[in-house]
Amino acid sequence: MKTLFNSGHTACAGCGQSMAARLVIDAAGPNTIVVNNTGCLEVFSTKFPESAWGVPWIHSLFENAAAVASGVESALTYLGKKDSINVIAQGGDGSTADIGLQALSGMLERGHDILYVCYDNEAYMNTGVQRSGLTPFDTNTSTSPAGKQSTGNIRPKKPMPEIANAHGIPYVATASTAFPQDIQRKVKKALSIKGPKYMQIHVPCPLGWRSDTNLTTLVARLAVETGLYPLIEFENGVLTARRQISPLKPVEEYLKTQGRFKHLLNKPEELKKIQEIADSNIKKYGLKVSEVTPPTAGSGGT
Amino acid sequence: MFGPLVCKPGASRNNRTGSWRMESRPKFLKKDCIACNMCLLICPEACISGQGKNNYDADFDYCKGCGNCAWICPKKDIEMVKEGHNPTGVGLPTPIKEGPKSK
Amino acid sequence: MKELLEGSYAVAEIIKRCKPGVISAYPITPQTHIVEGLAQIVANGELNAQCVNVESEHSAASVVLGASAIGIRTFTATSSQGLFYMAEVVYNIAGLRLPVVMTVAARAISAPINIWNDHQDVVSLRDAGWIQLHAEDVQEAVDLHLIAYKIAENNSIMLPVMVIMDGFILTHGVETIDMPEQADVDKFLPPYKAPYKLDVEKPMTFGPLVDPESYMETRYAIQETLKDVLNLIPKVTAEFAKVFGRTYNGLIEEYKTKDAERVIVAVGSVCGTIKEVVDELRAKGKKVGVLRVVSYRPFPAQQISEALKNIPKVAVVDRAVSLGSIAPLAGEVKAAFFGKAKKPKMISSFVVGLGGRDITKDSIKEIFRLLTGKEKQGEFVDLKPELLKENYEDPV
Repeated sequence: MKTLFNSGHTACAGCGQSMAARLVIDAAGPNTIVVNNTGCLEVFSTKFPESAWGVPWIHSLFENAAAVASGVESALTYLGKKDSINVIAQGGDGSTADIGLQALSGMLERGHDILYVCYDNEAYMNTGVQRSGLTPFDTNTSTSPAGKQSTGNIRPKKPMPEIANAHGIPYVATASTAFPQDIQRKVKKALSIKGPKYMQIHVPCPLGWRSDTNLTTLVARLAVETGLYPLIEFENGVLTARRQISPLKPVEEYLKTQGRFKHLLNKPEELKKIQEIADSNIKKYGLKVSEVTPPTAGSGGT
Repeated sequence: MFGPLVCKPGASRNNRTGSWRMESRPKFLKKDCIACNMCLLICPEACISGQGKNNYDADFDYCKGCGNCAWICPKKDIEMVKEGHNPTGVGLPTPIKEGPKSK
Repeated sequence: MKELLEGSYAVAEIIKRCKPGVISAYPITPQTHIVEGLAQIVANGELNAQCVNVESEHSAASVVLGASAIGIRTFTATSSQGLFYMAEVVYNIAGLRLPVVMTVAARAISAPINIWNDHQDVVSLRDAGWIQLHAEDVQEAVDLHLIAYKIAENNSIMLPVMVIMDGFILTHGVETIDMPEQADVDKFLPPYKAPYKLDVEKPMTFGPLVDPESYMETRYAIQETLKDVLNLIPKVTAEFAKVFGRTYNGLIEEYKTKDAERVIVAVGSVCGTIKEVVDELRAKGKKVGVLRVVSYRPFPAQQISEALKNIPKVAVVDRAVSLGSIAPLAGEVKAAFFGKAKKPKMISSFVVGLGGRDITKDSIKEIFRLLTGKEKQGEFVDLKPELLKENYEDPV
């Protein structure tokens, strides 16, 4: 098939990030320059002399894609070419929410015409499943292991979409590997808007989440259907769309698909805490079909 | 001058990841396909092609056998079959050659 | 045209004439006047460039990296901690073979925090694959920026250049500058044509993962290119002399060394002071001289050993330390004579002026005097012994 993200890359079988990366670049099209942080995606797609990319692509460091992209965008503006070329900066959750947050904040605040895409697989997978700022509460990772004194990661996910929104940027969205057409629609929408855009895509990692390789899209779908990964869109800080869920599923249905949550299944008190996180999302974003909320203008499912 | 190391676009296609496939491979039954395109959209290897009903195939030079296409197919028209039923041998793991015998 | 200018604004003026398309920097003393000057020039409409006001030096270097990868001319400037904060990007720019030019206002390193001049910052990044050129005065700093772009963008070089100015001494010093005319700059420095770039018409992948099969060649390639730079610098300075009428060697400068018995080797602005002392001592009949290293990277070892082979006594004056080892410039000068039949009988090493400690004419005279005695290794000059007593027991 004709794609800008080619076969032959070395991602693990069933990798959610490789699914999403192709959907993103194929939606963006050939007039796009990609700046990539260090991470799984960079490693498995550009092992010299091979590259999966069909667009101009550059990798510099772990944390600076947003800043390098700012330079790329400024140079295109200087050359008068910015209106005809898209700039995408992208990275994993660690390079976005942790080590690269400063560069990302700078890019958002300065108003560069760039789409930043965070592929959120909820831990440092490239280095062996260490917890990141986007690792969910109670997750068993190699640096937040479950044990007699621990039920895993002690903090909930850092609210990156809200942090992005706080910069007053025109477009913020979350998406999921389970909904490929939705990813592509959001990429196209983002690229039609001038200014900084932030997209965060939930990308299951069968290796790090200890889920079956053929269930990548199922796992991603359950995260949405339990309310743990709300699919939301903000335009100029206002929630304009969200994917509503029917029927809402209990969080156990999502958790039991993955080895990283196995230690929780016989701990009702922990399951309750996680259900509370889901319930809070459902309330906050009006994810129940019957609900007329959210408090701000909403147009129904995305 | 020997400049920066660069890769040519799409050069990854030189890397035949089909050899990774160990257990199973998708079989496109081509009976109930409605051309919804979901298998093609989500294939992490970008190795499924096709257009129109009952006309999709995987490129076994690259298919890693993850099985997501079979799972997502709404008509269950793709099934994972045991690896090895491969009349052409294309994309099969390269057999490990025996090393020199110890003296 | 001659005008009275502060060093930083003189650099801003010459960068304006070099016409970079993207400028990005982060404030740090004593570099700030350079980018303030450029920001005003752009605000006045005198230069068409994108000024990107970033949130850190790491991003400043990353922005010029990205812009340079699009194939346009770029500029940044920093100092001290800022250079350290961007260190990994500094290496990255050289590894990606991008012809970025950066001014470094050389400054001491924390702790303790100190904003005054020495060379610890730039010495620490000497192995990053950048060309490092040290200015002695503001005029040379201005001229070296033109030379820097010319070398960096040479399509058979494609390496970044640091133009190093001693913080405050040159960045804030006011001199009468012969500012190159735009027409001459355009003649000497034509628009940059990138041999490779991020281009949607030719979509290449830059910065891939390189395994043990291919990594080593990338470093060998930079090493070989830097050897070529040693040959290129004199050619570029000769071309510069033709257009602008000022002659530089570009690698080393020899001042009254031909018949000298004692020679000081140094870099940067301190060489002005040393030259004055040399003149004074020469007037008294002492055979002394100074050899100034302009290009710290690539290091002109052959030119230095050739220039000093008949000098009996040499003192290497470092404005930096390699804590736990021999002073950095001294080590390299000594290594330049390794295996050579003809060499100085004595090469002494002195550490001076750290954290902006004044290097007076008396300090230099003392070094010349010490050269008549035993060989010194890493001797700190002008130390204050009363500060070396420590007492944490009885706070005042």
